[in-house]
Amino acid sequence: MSQTLPGRTAGIAVASHGEPASVIVVPDDAPVPPTKKQRSAIDLIGPVLFFGLFVGFWYFMSYWGLQHIFNKPQFLLPPPQTVIHDSFFVWSNFHPMLQALWLTTRVALTGLIIAIVVGMSLAIAMSQARWMERSIWPYMVALQAIPILAFVPLIGTILDFNFRARVVVCVIIAIFPITANTLFGLLSAERGQHDLFTLHGAGRWTRLRKLQLPAAMPAIFAGFRISAGLAVIGAVVGDFFFRQGDPGIGILIDVYRARLNNPLMYGAVILAALLGIVVFGVFGWLSSRVVGHWYENTRKSA
Amino acid sequence: MSSTATSLPSAAATGSGHLSFEGVSMTYADGTEAVRDVSFTVSPGEFVTIVGPSGCGKSTLLKNASGLVPHSRGRIGVDPTSLGYVFQDATLLPWRTVQGNVELLAELHEIGKSDRAKLAADAIALVGLRGFEDKYPRALSGGMRMRCSLARSLVMKPKVFLFDEPFGALDEITRERLNDELLALFQREGFASLFITHSLYEAVFLSTRVLVMSARPGRIVGDFAVPFPYPRSPELRFDPRFSELAGQVSHALRGAHL
Repeated sequence: MSQTLPGRTAGIAVASHGEPASVIVVPDDAPVPPTKKQRSAIDLIGPVLFFGLFVGFWYFMSYWGLQHIFNKPQFLLPPPQTVIHDSFFVWSNFHPMLQALWLTTRVALTGLIIAIVVGMSLAIAMSQARWMERSIWPYMVALQAIPILAFVPLIGTILDFNFRARVVVCVIIAIFPITANTLFGLLSAERGQHDLFTLHGAGRWTRLRKLQLPAAMPAIFAGFRISAGLAVIGAVVGDFFFRQGDPGIGILIDVYRARLNNPLMYGAVILAALLGIVVFGVFGWLSSRVVGHWYENTRKSA
Repeated sequence: MSSTATSLPSAAATGSGHLSFEGVSMTYADGTEAVRDVSFTVSPGEFVTIVGPSGCGKSTLLKNASGLVPHSRGRIGVDPTSLGYVFQDATLLPWRTVQGNVELLAELHEIGKSDRAKLAADAIALVGLRGFEDKYPRALSGGMRMRCSLARSLVMKPKVFLFDEPFGALDEITRERLNDELLALFQREGFASLFITHSLYEAVFLSTRVLVMSARPGRIVGDFAVPFPYPRSPELRFDPRFSELAGQVSHALRGAHL
């Protein structure tokens, strides 16, 4: 005990003299060095390994699991090479799929753009007046809560199962995340920043343009990404349930299912999923382009 | 030590660089009495600091003066267009660079693009942020953010500066350095300053006059003239006369807590 005491005292003495000096040498005012995202091997190995597991599981179920565990015939889950070959390497199969995919893409993108314009406008209106929020918001929630699939055939009947009808289904499914996130973002500007704008006589429009909308951008883009995926699902589900009109990918899926042509059905599902991933990815990329330079890093340092 | 001892009646004639409180009281809507019967004046070239316990209504006084929160009774004399307001937080817009942030107020006042770029460049130079114009707030330290905030206010060349505990969140070394820099600015620009802090050393070091506020409802219970001439060197903090005055303010502050 008595041996450690002098040592500790000396340590404290050094610290109390040394510390301020070192604080001055490394002042609070030094700029924070930019943190570069380091790509380690695990970032690459992980996904590859996981993909391997996924494909392996597919083979396992196709050649053994389906028959021995579930006692079902193999054709319900054809192996990957059959799906890929029949769907993507037989032009007479692939060609109609591409046409359907193109239609579905157009439906999804049109729906998404309308959802963005209408959804953001509603959110901006709600952010401007409490009575608007109280009037509009309950319907947004209701729209989200009702089983929209039940209405899909009805919408098709009313609007003649064409492009227009599919876009409407898309908009209904995709609009909520955009409105909710935009509203949340618009209301996220700090009190002090609002005070600053108030002190300098900023009007409603200036405040919206220079404070609320920029502050909302990260949330808005998060909403875009969610809605982009939903728009693709909306487009597929829309024509899956319509079962008539020009064939989109959803109708093809239904047709292949009815014909028990499972390799093509899985192929069409893969195409629909790829479309969703691409749209999601594009919006992720856009988001990092627009807000990445200030937002991502704000989050890291906070 | 009466509360109006250092007011300069002649300065009122000069108008814009002048801030006066006459019997100002403030009660919030929920019935909380924040400030009671406060009277004092800040004239051009004066640096008045209010110290007081947390929640005593110091910040409320600044909000009243700026019009952000209307006061309940009494009179506040100030030209609102001559006001600069530095908040507790830097309140920078994270999506704008230093340059963009410093230009913001000029933008809100619809000053032309080239003019405001020049005004901002001057202000950035004044606070020592040259070379950081293109940095975003995330890349700045706490002290640099506060400097940027200061530069943003300086652009409008305010005659009266309100400081709401601007350095409260900074470490002591940075705070002292910013104190020195603020005094240099104060001498150069000659604005009238009303500064809020709960560091009595900061108060004594910066000010021409220190007011002590009581716990809620806030009243002025102490008034100290600080006789040290400007420029004040950092060594003033170790001067026995400085310590003595700080001791007196501290004593008054202890009384204020009761």
